[in-house]
Formats: sequence, C-alpha cells, structure tokens
Amino acid sequence: MLTLSHLISAGDFAINDICAIVLIIGGLFFFFTSTIGLLRFPDLYSRMHATGKGDTLAVLLIVSGAICHHGVNLNSAKLLLIAIFIFIANPTGTHAIARAAYRCGIKPWLKNADLKAEERIDQ
Amino acid sequence: MTPHSKNLPFRYLATFVYLMLFWLFLSGHYDIFHISIGILCCAGVSYASTDLLFACPPSKKRHIIFFQFVIYLGWLLYQIVLANLQVARLVLSPRLAIDPCIIVYNARLLQGDVAQATFGNSITLTPGTITLDIRNTEFHVHALTPAFAEDLKNGAMEGWVARVYH
Repeated sequence: MLTLSHLISAGDFAINDICAIVLIIGGLFFFFTSTIGLLRFPDLYSRMHATGKGDTLAVLLIVSGAICHHGVNLNSAKLLLIAIFIFIANPTGTHAIARAAYRCGIKPWLKNADLKAEERIDQ
Repeated sequence: MTPHSKNLPFRYLATFVYLMLFWLFLSGHYDIFHISIGILCCAGVSYASTDLLFACPPSKKRHIIFFQFVIYLGWLLYQIVLANLQVARLVLSPRLAIDPCIIVYNARLLQGDVAQATFGNSITLTPGTITLDIRNTEFHVHALTPAFAEDLKNGAMEGWVARVYH
C-alpha cells in the first residue's frame, strides 16, 4: 500500500503528487463537513446550505487533485469539463430544491421560535 | 419571451458546431460510424435547444464577456473557499450557532436571464446564503446567520456580475 510516509521515504515523489494529495485531502475535509452539516442542521433550508456548496467545493478540489495526478493530457481536459458542469449544475439543483420548498410554503427553522415567522420574513 | 427569429440559421449552425466539437472531443473515435452518429445527435439537439444556448443577444461583445467572466470566476472561487471554511467552522462547533433568516435582496443592476442566473448561482455557491426564488429583480435569499445576509447586502457580488454582463 502506498502511503504518504512511504512516498516521502522512497524519495521518488513528484510535486504534482503532493498537489494531488493536498487537494484530495482538502476535498475529503469539505465532504466531511457537509455531511456533518447535513446530519446536524435543523431544517431543509439549512441542510441545503451544507450539501449544496460544501459538495461543490469538495468535488472541485478532488477533480483538481485528479488533474494534478494525471498531468496535462486529454483525460485532464475531460476532468476539467466535469468540474465545470458540476460547478454549474450543483448550485442550480440546490436552488431548484430550495425554491420548490419555498413555494410550497415550508417554514424555515428559526432560532427564537417565540418570534412569529412573519416578523422575520420581511416580504 | 419570444425567440429572436433574426439570424436563426446562423444560430442553428453555431450551436451545431459547438456541439460537434464537444462530441469529437469526448468521443475519441474518428471513424465514419461514430462521426455520423455524432452528426445525427448534434443536429437533433441543436434543433431542440438553440433557443437555450443563444437565447438573447448580449449587449456587449462575447469575448469581452468571456474574459471578464474568467476574472469574476477567480474572485468567486476565492469567496467560495473563504466562506466554506466559515460554514465548516459553524458545522463543527459544538453548539450550533446558526440563526437563519430570509431576506429579500433587490438586484436592480442586473437585467436578463444569464446575468440573473449567474448571480443566483453565485449566491448559492458562496456559503451562508441560498437563492430561494427570483421574482423580477427580487432575490429571496435564505441566510444561515444575519452576518452572511449583511455580506450579501453590501452589494459587492452584484457589482461584479453587473460589470461582467453590462
């Protein structure tokens, strides 16, 4: 198994491998936090916060890591296209779900439940 | 919205060329069979969706928009990373220090579908805020904390998007 310490001790690691490792670990961190957020947040809207953009950034980082690993070739260009499409599609999907909930009249969770929702939603 | 009938054959052709280039780029098989399948598919898709790709003629030259959009993308990526870290801190803090609210932000500067869609997606991507609905120029935005709502209200992002498209 190829671990980080193995790579360093072997001395045959390249700079693009280090970039790939850093980017993919960063991506995993944001996947981790968005999953925790999905589980901890109280209602639909705040859960969309956690998944809608934590995931976008995480996928961007992991795909960038894969691009670093591959170097400059046709596969990297295809990976870049995947990143671009996710960058467009993910927030659009988040917006579609949140808008559907908003138009159905789902009330957002509020910190001070004694305040009327109408006072907080100024529309 | 009525589709502009001006330059219609040209717009079909442009859509077809873009799609065909994309097909060739992805397929990697350059024999008669695969290319003819590509031509059929691209013709069908461009017949169905030319109005989606070139919906309305922009007020500026396309390459200027593209160039400014790339600069905007750099700024946006920086904002996304910055704000994702803030949300990560919120998520990981033992007491969940969120105070959600819904605000209505009136983006008067932005006209047109593409500018509004870009702005809506940018709001959703910078954490702490999600675009719930767009009614004319009013953006209904759900914010995790009032601080995130204030960040949006200072109008920096709207200014960026307006500079790209207008």
